[in-house]
Amino acid sequence: MRAMYLAFAATIVIGVVAHYALEQIGYSSQDRYSSDSVRLD
Amino acid sequence: MKLLERLSFAVLMMLALTLAAPAQEVAAPPPAPVTERQTLDDILARQKGESAARHHRDTDSAAGQAESIGGQLGTLGGASDSDVWEALRFGTADVKVSAGGAPARVVMQDRGMWWLTFREGRLSNWGFFFWIGLVTFLVIFYLLRGRIMVSGGLSGIKVVRFTAIERFAHWMLAGSLMLLGATGLLLLFGRTWFMPYIGKDIYATIAHYSKLVHNNVSWAFMLGLVLVFLFWVHHNVPRRIDLTWFAQGGGIFGNKHPPARKFNAGQKILFWTVILLGASVSASGLSLIFPFEFNLFAPTFATLNDLGVPALLGMDPFPTQLSPQEEMQFAQLWHVIASFGLMALTTAHIYIGTIGMQGAFHAMGSGEVDLNWANDHHKLWVEEMDEKTRRLADKVSPAE
Repeated sequence: MRAMYLAFAATIVIGVVAHYALEQIGYSSQDRYSSDSVRLD
Repeated sequence: MKLLERLSFAVLMMLALTLAAPAQEVAAPPPAPVTERQTLDDILARQKGESAARHHRDTDSAAGQAESIGGQLGTLGGASDSDVWEALRFGTADVKVSAGGAPARVVMQDRGMWWLTFREGRLSNWGFFFWIGLVTFLVIFYLLRGRIMVSGGLSGIKVVRFTAIERFAHWMLAGSLMLLGATGLLLLFGRTWFMPYIGKDIYATIAHYSKLVHNNVSWAFMLGLVLVFLFWVHHNVPRRIDLTWFAQGGGIFGNKHPPARKFNAGQKILFWTVILLGASVSASGLSLIFPFEFNLFAPTFATLNDLGVPALLGMDPFPTQLSPQEEMQFAQLWHVIASFGLMALTTAHIYIGTIGMQGAFHAMGSGEVDLNWANDHHKLWVEEMDEKTRRLADKVSPAE
């Protein structure tokens, strides 16, 4: 079962890295589906 | 003297105000006489369909006196309203924007409501009932067929079925698909099915994190898909032996086990469907993650029209002039349709890999299966493995 747990951990790591990478290049969900006139927070 | 001056000034001011007041009264429109105001009788007469005399206040306004729209000095300079709205509706208006590019030039999107209605109506309902139907079928199948047991019982001898890296790729694909499915369903059904019960604030938080997880976990899904394809594609090439599997109905009913190599024909169908649907879901998902960056559907529809697919289905040709928003809407619809297909396949796969068949889960759990299980379901593969082992042993200690 170690391969399964490793795969799940890798999925989480990839997700977190992707989140910050997309944010860096301006392609986060918030960036793409909103504009300055939308209050996000 | 100063006092006199002040008194004179005050008297003059009073006189001026007194004279100004009538001047204002003259300029203002005369108030409607009490008798001309709308009465209950007027209202009742109108409700009965009788024409009541119009009062001057209905017509005596700036708007009433303005040049009509069709006139030369009208607000549209002689153009009719319908021309303008038609151009905006069908995308032929010359709209100029200072920012936002092509998507911002679409002021009115004619087919947007069709997408919204279809997404929240038939698409969601059909997808849901399709999945429920499949689960019902599996329950009935289980009740009729029961668990497929290993004939002759477990031998206790283990055979390596999948290596660690193969299992890693499988679970990355499977784990990400579970997350994507759960978050995707929350986004698809949430607004109409859950929000009325949990409230807008709670749903907004759930939708926000669902979108976050959905977008970012997708990369693991794509990586898992590529790895699984690379590891197993050569085992999934269709072969003549697959016809035997079909001829025997996959051994689903009865106790016969059609011979198979590493993957039987049913598993090959699963493999290719997952690869094709997974690739399609990935492509449509990428176009949604990077909105308006690349168009998938206008060229696809043009190709399908050229091939005559709509005519075969008895449909009108597919639209090939799509606004940027429509591209996104078709991407979203196809993303959902293909995902429902993937979820259905996965449901059946999970069933047969867990409760449906004795000993099957170990193939992906520990990577080792019982020899009798392997002989039952993948006899040719076991023989291949035996042959390989024998050759290896011969190499290590060659016969004298």
